[in-house]
Amino acid sequence: MADAAPPLAPPRRRHGRRESVWRWRRSDLAIFALSWIAGMGLCVITSALVAFFAVKGAQYLRPNLLVQSPSPSVSQAGSGGFLDPIEGTILLGAIGLVIAVPLGVTTALWVLEFGRPRWLARIVDSTVEIIAGTPDVVLAIFGLALFELGLFAPLSFGQPGGAFGRSFLTCGIIVSAVAIPSIYTATRNGLISTPRQLREASYALGKTKTATIRRVVLPAIRRDIATGSALGLGRIIGDTAIVILLLGATLQTQTQSSTPILGLLRGTGSTLTSYAFNASPAGDGNAPTKAYAAAALLLVLVLVLNWCVGRIGRIGGPPLHTERRLGA
Amino acid sequence: MLERLRRPWPDHRAEFLLGAVACLLAVAIVAMVVFVARGAWPTFSHDGLSLFGSGGNVDTRIGAMQNTTRNPPASAYAIHAWPLIYGTILSAGLALLVALCVSLASAVFIVDFAPPLVRRVMGPVIRLLAAVPSVLYGLVGILVLVPLTANHIVTTEQRRSVEYVIPLSGGVAVTVVLLALMITPIMTALITDALESVPRPWREGAIALGLNPLRATIAVSLRAIRPAIVAAAGLATARAIGEAIVVSMVSGGVSFAPNPADGTIFLFEPFESLASTIIRNADSISAPAIHSTLYAFAALLLFSSLILSLAAYLVRLPLRRYQSTS
Repeated sequence: MADAAPPLAPPRRRHGRRESVWRWRRSDLAIFALSWIAGMGLCVITSALVAFFAVKGAQYLRPNLLVQSPSPSVSQAGSGGFLDPIEGTILLGAIGLVIAVPLGVTTALWVLEFGRPRWLARIVDSTVEIIAGTPDVVLAIFGLALFELGLFAPLSFGQPGGAFGRSFLTCGIIVSAVAIPSIYTATRNGLISTPRQLREASYALGKTKTATIRRVVLPAIRRDIATGSALGLGRIIGDTAIVILLLGATLQTQTQSSTPILGLLRGTGSTLTSYAFNASPAGDGNAPTKAYAAAALLLVLVLVLNWCVGRIGRIGGPPLHTERRLGA
Repeated sequence: MLERLRRPWPDHRAEFLLGAVACLLAVAIVAMVVFVARGAWPTFSHDGLSLFGSGGNVDTRIGAMQNTTRNPPASAYAIHAWPLIYGTILSAGLALLVALCVSLASAVFIVDFAPPLVRRVMGPVIRLLAAVPSVLYGLVGILVLVPLTANHIVTTEQRRSVEYVIPLSGGVAVTVVLLALMITPIMTALITDALESVPRPWREGAIALGLNPLRATIAVSLRAIRPAIVAAAGLATARAIGEAIVVSMVSGGVSFAPNPADGTIFLFEPFESLASTIIRNADSISAPAIHSTLYAFAALLLFSSLILSLAAYLVRLPLRRYQSTS
């Protein structure tokens, strides 16, 4: 076997001919270019939006606006700042979260951990989807219809004759509905991606299912719940329609009675969104500079919340699961 | 008492309690349908199908309803809401068309073509764009885009040609741009998630067979996620038809039915949608006839958004089961 056939050489790689975009068909090239334009366009629009409100905020946002209450006045100088809307935003966000977080987390826990009977779990699951798709105006109208009932009169700002259904409490109850879907989805994704071994280890130690959920599963998905809550809070403070219809969007916070906390909860008021809406030419205020200032402050809040969402995901080392969804 | 609560709960009690809370949401949805329908009943029963008809002026009708007293006669409820329904469908449809193209293109860009650095930026950008409150879009619209179109794009001749009918301002064009901007991030996020869940070997197989990466994405990935695209479009449409604030700020405030036969002017004609009419008349909701009319509009919105989101849910169901097994 002197002249054994030389081993088959691998096919020689043609160097310098990497798959190049420029060799594509022209129609493909056009679509490729369009996808670049769309992607970069979104980036440009977002930065333009942020820059626009940053400039307007720097122009019109003054420290004294943050500490003065708004007052009805014809002149721009006399109409005060927006202390009350800021307080309203915080209060409404707090009420909304206090209601939405337990509801969203509980629902997700039940659907994924228990979920019997199956058909009921499926109904509840689709219910959350429906809530996410329901326009906020419709939610607000529902709130009006619900809290106009005499039964709920103690919850709202009302005259002795008949309840109006408008107050921080009623508005908070309805506005929590816009936060529930994001909390539910985040909790759900966290539950799905929690390793099964974690639960099984707990069962092996003789824990009941309830104890496992409380001591093992819930701590494991803390971060998902926090992310969902931050997203939900962003939806709450950004909502306008519900505030206009159910909080009254009055210029100043009005308490129902002099009872310290209950009076405020039953009172009416406004948030930054409704303030910006009313101060714009669409409302009756017609004070564009104030609207810009309130909007800039609102955007700062949203930016901070968004930053928190990104931040929460990274607290305390890499997460148990690496799955990161955009549409959480 | 406290001691009893602190003891670990038996599973069946915990299950029952959690289930009860979860079912509360389902009950709330049913209650919502019932309450809104009940409030809308006078209008539906008095108007019948003529509610969906055209003719008459919506704005003057609603204005006339202001003065109704308790238990108004049936004639007080008469309204032909076609311009509003048409405006809702028109604005949401056009916005969906724009947003679908943009979000498909940008989702493909994010998943398959963006350089790693850009991809890392795109996530937060999309999330931020989705989180921007609608008032901010409305403000940009009413303080920047509407004056811009009114002063620089609409010509004086165009304005004069319809002077006695409608004012030309931002109208359809600005509303559609803003609505599209609002729903694009939602759709992009959903489509990106779906694209990322397509198994890599599928697309790589197509590339190995000689397709270029773009063709492979279109032929394999986009085909595989068609249900997700439909679902995203459904959810986005539900968002667009229900958007009240932006539309009420920029649409022009006249319940006119923009006519595509008018040519370019069509883009600047004012209109109103169902949701924006509710917001616009929120102050006078205590008048019985207006109360019932606005509830009827809300019922229409609720009905269509219910169908859209249920359809989106059902379409996505098989895909979702497949995603969650990962």
